[in-house]
Amino acid sequence: MNAEFIQTLFLTFKLAISTTIILIIIGLPIAWVLAYSKFKLKPVVEALLSMPLVLPPTVFGYYILMAYSPHYWFGKWLNHIFNVRLAFTFDGILIASVIFGLPFMIQPIQSGLRSLPESLREASYTLGKSEFTAFYKVLLPNIKPSLITAVALTFAHSIGEFGIVLMVGGDMQGITRVASVAIYDEVQSMNFSTANQYALILFAISFILLTIIYSINKKQDSWKIL
Amino acid sequence: MENTLIHIDIKKTLLSSEGVMTLEVNKDIQAGSFTALFGSSGAGKTTLLRIIAGLTKPDSGIIQFGDEIWYDSKSNINISTQQRRIGLMFQDYALFPNMTVEQNIQFAQVEKDYSYTKTLLDILELTEFAKYKPQHLSGGQKQRVALARSIARKPRLLLLDEPLSALDSAMRIMLQDEISKVHLMFESTTLMVSHDLTEVFRLADNVICIERGKITKEGNPQKVFIDTGVSGNFQITGQIASIEEQDLVNIITVITGNNNIVKIIAFENDINQLSSGDRILILTNTFNPIIKKI
Repeated sequence: MNAEFIQTLFLTFKLAISTTIILIIIGLPIAWVLAYSKFKLKPVVEALLSMPLVLPPTVFGYYILMAYSPHYWFGKWLNHIFNVRLAFTFDGILIASVIFGLPFMIQPIQSGLRSLPESLREASYTLGKSEFTAFYKVLLPNIKPSLITAVALTFAHSIGEFGIVLMVGGDMQGITRVASVAIYDEVQSMNFSTANQYALILFAISFILLTIIYSINKKQDSWKIL
Repeated sequence: MENTLIHIDIKKTLLSSEGVMTLEVNKDIQAGSFTALFGSSGAGKTTLLRIIAGLTKPDSGIIQFGDEIWYDSKSNINISTQQRRIGLMFQDYALFPNMTVEQNIQFAQVEKDYSYTKTLLDILELTEFAKYKPQHLSGGQKQRVALARSIARKPRLLLLDEPLSALDSAMRIMLQDEISKVHLMFESTTLMVSHDLTEVFRLADNVICIERGKITKEGNPQKVFIDTGVSGNFQITGQIASIEEQDLVNIITVITGNNNIVKIIAFENDINQLSSGDRILILTNTFNPIIKKI
């Protein structure tokens, strides 16, 4: 294994771990709002957040790339105010990966919360607890399987993301080249053994993560809510 | 009234299985009383309880607790459930599965009060289950934990939503005593939703009958349910378990409020208007027992 290989794997994990951590932080409150509040535009918001599930990553990547471009208002604004350019940078693919990973984090948590009896939340309120306390002391601990599913799916998905990273970040060694892009690149250069090494690692990680999810969810029966 | 603790005057339109119905209640509840909200299911009892708890918002009206305004549609006041400092025991108990019995009770306390938790565990005979998770408890035990938790915060008003509906009758009798004990011991004002007449008789000193969203009758349970206009040396209410017709006499087996079984003799013309499951009143005038359907 050469230095480039290690660097690419490191970048892959850095992207996946950062994406997952950011999504835990922003995904939990979003899932909470979607699970419990009613507002007029909720279907629109839900549809937007679920777009990454159905949209080809290239379409999504194209729009993000356009948004980052200094020729358009968002990119121009970023460049002007913060002196930041996001296209073909690690931060750029991280933001894209976070946006693209939203449904994988939000949906399992949202449906986990919805499956809890409403009375658990109301009981905490009658006991004088704030919505926040009810959320993290009562609701979250009772949807552990959903949380694990959400985290594992987000991580596994961002580790394997290809189209969007290639569109937004390109294929720059040490900056934006992640394992999935590297496989494509190695195959293009007829470098099958390196491609195979990457592929095997991605395959193993995804397989192990999914096995963990399924074995936890199998135990879910014993988590029966009263 | 001088002793009024809660003044409720609210309206809410509800969608019930029988179509749109308006819950319309104007009622004062006395401090320290044990009031039952009685009526068939879908009558609006639980909604009324939830409105008092602040979990459901009425369409209009006012709810006043002592000097505090909890809800006033005119001034746009709606105090949150948390601030109302009430205790509510849910029909499904709503115990937190991630916490032990003890933790469920302590969750209600602002600062953990170990001695009070211990007192509650002792009173409700839960000490040996303190470290159990709710999923390992029986129905009756869960009910007691829910009761303990609902009073752990020393609420100013205790609300019970069909507290015993999920239990068998032997367990009910036992737990009715527990509820009564708690009510007396903590001198709480208690409001209980029930559709069980026995429960109302045993626990409540005041009953409000609600049908299709409106109060139909209210007052002392004896008065409300047994307005007989007769006086007897003793009275028992109960439910007919069976009627055996024999050659000379008929024997009615009655299950009374205390779950005692009483066998009494009845005459032909009494039997004609009675059938199994009827609620009856048995009273005696010296040597002459009278049986009356209620």
